[in-house]
Amino acid sequence: MSTHVPGEDTGASIEPIAGGDLVGPWEDHDVRTPDGDGGIEAAGSLEVLRRGLTASPELRSGLLLTASMALAVAAGKLLVPLTIQMVLDKGVLAGDVDIGIVMVLTGLAAGLVLVGILLERITYLRLTITAENVLYGLRVRTFAHLHRLSLAEHTASRKGVLTARVTSDIEALNKFAQWGAVAWIISAVQIVAVLVIMLVFSWQLALVMLMVHVPLLPVLRSVQRGQLRAYDRLRTRVSDMLGRVSESVLGMGVIRAYGQREVNRADLHEAVDQQYRQQLRAMRYFALVLPLTDVVGMAAIATVIASGVWWGGAWGVSAGELVAFIFLANLFVAPITQLGEVLDQTQTALAGWWKILDVLDTEPDVVEPEVGLDLPEGSLGVRAEALEFRYREGGLVLHGLDIDIPPGSSVAVVGETGSGKTTFVKLAARLADPTAGRMLIAGIDLRDVGADERRAAVRMVPQDGFLFDTTVGENIRFGRPGATPVDAVDAVAALGLDEWVASLPAGIDTPVGERGESLSVGERQLVALARAHLADPGLLILDEATSAVDPETEQALEQALARLSEGRTTISVAHRLSTAERADLVLVFDDGYVVERGRHADLATAGGVYSGLHESWLGSTRNR
Amino acid sequence: MIDSDGSGPAPARPDGIFRRGGSLVLRSFRDHPLPHILAIAGANVFAVAVVGTTIVLGRVTDELILPGLDGGGVDRGTALAGAAALAAVGVVRGASMMVRRFFNFVAVSRTQRTWRLAILDQYLDAPLSFHRSRPAGQLLAHADADVETAASMLMPLAYSMSVVALVVVSLVSLLVVHPLFAFVALILFPVLAVLNQRYTRSVEAPAARAQAAVGVVSGIAHESLDGVFVVKTLGREDDEVERLAEASDVLRVERIEIGRLRAVYLPFIYALPNLGILVVLLLGSWLVDQGSASVGDVVRSMALFNLLTVPMEILGYLFQEMPRSVVSMDRLDGILATDLEVRPSDPPSVPASVEVVFDDVSFSFDDRTPVLDHLSARIGAGESVALVGATGSGKSTLFDLLTGLMPVTGGHVTLGGVDLAELGADGVPDVVAPVFQETYLFADTVRSNLTLDREVSDEELARVLRLVAADEFVGALPHGLETVVGERGVTLSGGQRQRIALARALLRRPRVLLLDDATSAVDPVVEAEILDNLRSEGGRTLLVVAHRLATIRLADRVLFLEDGRIAADGSHDEMLAVPAYAALVRAYEGISR
Repeated sequence: MSTHVPGEDTGASIEPIAGGDLVGPWEDHDVRTPDGDGGIEAAGSLEVLRRGLTASPELRSGLLLTASMALAVAAGKLLVPLTIQMVLDKGVLAGDVDIGIVMVLTGLAAGLVLVGILLERITYLRLTITAENVLYGLRVRTFAHLHRLSLAEHTASRKGVLTARVTSDIEALNKFAQWGAVAWIISAVQIVAVLVIMLVFSWQLALVMLMVHVPLLPVLRSVQRGQLRAYDRLRTRVSDMLGRVSESVLGMGVIRAYGQREVNRADLHEAVDQQYRQQLRAMRYFALVLPLTDVVGMAAIATVIASGVWWGGAWGVSAGELVAFIFLANLFVAPITQLGEVLDQTQTALAGWWKILDVLDTEPDVVEPEVGLDLPEGSLGVRAEALEFRYREGGLVLHGLDIDIPPGSSVAVVGETGSGKTTFVKLAARLADPTAGRMLIAGIDLRDVGADERRAAVRMVPQDGFLFDTTVGENIRFGRPGATPVDAVDAVAALGLDEWVASLPAGIDTPVGERGESLSVGERQLVALARAHLADPGLLILDEATSAVDPETEQALEQALARLSEGRTTISVAHRLSTAERADLVLVFDDGYVVERGRHADLATAGGVYSGLHESWLGSTRNR
Repeated sequence: MIDSDGSGPAPARPDGIFRRGGSLVLRSFRDHPLPHILAIAGANVFAVAVVGTTIVLGRVTDELILPGLDGGGVDRGTALAGAAALAAVGVVRGASMMVRRFFNFVAVSRTQRTWRLAILDQYLDAPLSFHRSRPAGQLLAHADADVETAASMLMPLAYSMSVVALVVVSLVSLLVVHPLFAFVALILFPVLAVLNQRYTRSVEAPAARAQAAVGVVSGIAHESLDGVFVVKTLGREDDEVERLAEASDVLRVERIEIGRLRAVYLPFIYALPNLGILVVLLLGSWLVDQGSASVGDVVRSMALFNLLTVPMEILGYLFQEMPRSVVSMDRLDGILATDLEVRPSDPPSVPASVEVVFDDVSFSFDDRTPVLDHLSARIGAGESVALVGATGSGKSTLFDLLTGLMPVTGGHVTLGGVDLAELGADGVPDVVAPVFQETYLFADTVRSNLTLDREVSDEELARVLRLVAADEFVGALPHGLETVVGERGVTLSGGQRQRIALARALLRRPRVLLLDDATSAVDPVVEAEILDNLRSEGGRTLLVVAHRLATIRLADRVLFLEDGRIAADGSHDEMLAVPAYAALVRAYEGISR
């Protein structure tokens, strides 16, 4: 089978493919996400293949047939040199030209070429379909698996890395599947097949051919290594250039207001120049590879012909075989070059595959019960018993907490960033399981509660107010499976948000944009509250936004919150003084412990951690 | 200008594509003639050398191989001469290929550099409204992908420019051997060219659809994993997987379609020259029998057929790249055609203490509803004034005008009697320093962010850092002033960033200081301390936009904006009599509690 490869058959070059190589680094910015798992180096490619075959059943179906067809296709490339040899030796040079034999041979070869076309067509299609099915399955399974993993895996710092598993890693595999993998099969077979034919013609000439090529291998390898290094540096230069451009575009206001335009211009020009210079450095290697193999290929032909003519008689070489050697030489060197070129791609693809397999091998730590228990109707009490939590890497975040929250109460959780208050509420929503101790809702271990039951009865409104890229109404309807548009309107009305919704450009059908970014943070929280209202939970967990909210939205938020919390247990991660003031119980977190608990009025004057916090809250309204 | 959101496929408008592609090539050629000429020269030498190789191979067959193995033998000298001739033509071929590849790439890289610099200069020299009306991502894409793509059709350029020479020399070479061979080539190569073109054209649409599908898949993955906890709490995992599966299936279908087209065309395209060789072999054997061709002639023609496949593909690539390049070039031209900012060459000097006067000032974006509507106000030298108004009342725009970032559309703003328009974007920064709510820190050290490459003494730095209550946390950073902040460095909190930005402004000793909600993220206690410091230092005109009562109270005077006009003017206590003002301030108080 043929692949689009520079220099194939001719030793000449196809630049657009080279262009593709150069464009590559521009595209994979997020491939370079830092993640330290270098397991693949120790394991080796065969291990990746073994694991990969286990993880992707699609890969095994019909693999043998496809592989043997690919073998036939590769062998078919030898058809032309073989025919030339036979026609010359048996038809043309055997005394008088025997045109009958020539016609039979060329006709047979032409027939085989046509069969080859058909075979190649089927093989290529099979390979593509298999590859695409494998990648489709792998992507969907990995994505589903990522959603099964808990809070312990989805830390903020790993978010980009995990997303890369189902985007750039899969894409690298796809690129590899499209021609790298094929190149490996075809090229390897081709090299062996050509060698075998040469040996059959004349082992001496085959040896001469090999000897001329042997010095090429280390040279080629070192040039390709140099090329890789140069491209690596080029990638750095490119991301540096883009970083500066993005900084300049984003900071344009400051740059101008502070008269920094010319300084910035010099910076940008420098970055562009550096990229240009590195581009040329990388290009030197690139310009070298194919001409080098071309020259060596010609030198090999020259040497083979000279020695064949001189000693050929003694070695039993026929004229047709020697001519065939000319055509075989091209078929020999092209796949060597090609393998060198796909080596880098192969490494990237295998590394990506390995990382994907690692994700699939991560056991989900939150396992839903086979038979889930139900929770009682109405507001729900919460009990933490010797509750501990640690992330996969790092120390304890919660140190054996004992907390009792009676049904119907409102609790404010306060503390500095990193005090464990957010982790605590996330455990109450079972975004992860405690690493020790228990979290009880209405007296039932949360791990024994059915998934659907838990989602309906325990509802968390997260801080960032993440919304899906659809309308306000749709986002509200996500609150309860099967909710109708009318339900969404009712939820809006129940929380007194009609006026706000009416003020949106298209009312409840206003699109919220990616992640809800067309709305302000406060407005996103309003949608999240309406969504929570639809679920009618017995336990409501609120993570208040820290950033400033404009006065109008603030009023709407306060009102909606008050209405939503009626008749439910609420736990709020509080950033507002008013929330803490209204709460029945304030829990003060510090470094993974609850250091103070009680009512606001008592804690504020106790002179502890909370008093300090209260001071700073008050600061803004103090009288001068 | 051109609509440049286009990540989609190039619009198929074959009319003019060649003309526009041609003018793109000419532009690059005019800017960088030498590398282009060298590359094309190399390409043409290569073309001749390719045909030369086949001629040498033919002669070697007739004069070396046949006599050597099938006839009476050859002498050592002839054998060596033949080998030397082959090696020589190989070296010429390799060297010319290297020249072509290298200089073509030099030409492409230089062209990219030229265009990229032109685009970046345009960004720097365009008025700020240019930036405000375009998303940053789009501007980044022009400087990155569009420059790459516009230049991408230059990659196969030199090679393509030698195809004509190659075809002509090849046909002559075949004709010399026998007209029948030339006839086979004349049938085969047009077919090959057409097939190549058909193939690239047929793949274009599914390839563009696949590219779009990749974007959709990646968008879903990013969104869904960003909101992984919301997905979890809503129990929507299965729906999300379903959503990704659907999008991935679209991608799979398109890629299989591309694979199908490849499977249809490529085996055929690759097999055609082989069929040609077999025909030449058959015809050649017959001609040898007739005595009208030698075996070497046949070998030479077969070798030529073998070598001609790639150049036929090259033209296909050129035409494949052309529409994409032309569309990207249009986008770049759209950017380059926008107006530059008017910058007075010799800004007049401004007196040491400046009074700020707004005289009947109006401002609107693109002739829409005015943001500022015949606004007049006077702020005395050394006075501190708070601007209060609801969202959209024009506060920020007022600051933009005063900073020289946007030109007024009516009236005049004067600083110490000098019109801002005369000062221009280069003169204003000497007088006015703004601090915005959204601070922008460069990915550099704290020191560079503060000094912005000016000479500032360490004493002065320390004094200002104390003034904005930033001395402690800066001192606590791992490398103090030399700590790198931003993307690859230490992350500062919002309040810390704001204090750095404030210090940056103060270090310039501005005569007018503008604070646009510039301390909103600073702890209130610290904020009050900073503002006290600023007031007690005095000596500058201060304009503040604030949402905190404490900050508003600090000002000598309050200007209350409503719908782009000054609705009321006076001290905070006086102003409480204005109902709209009182309501707004009460709402502010609600937040801060």
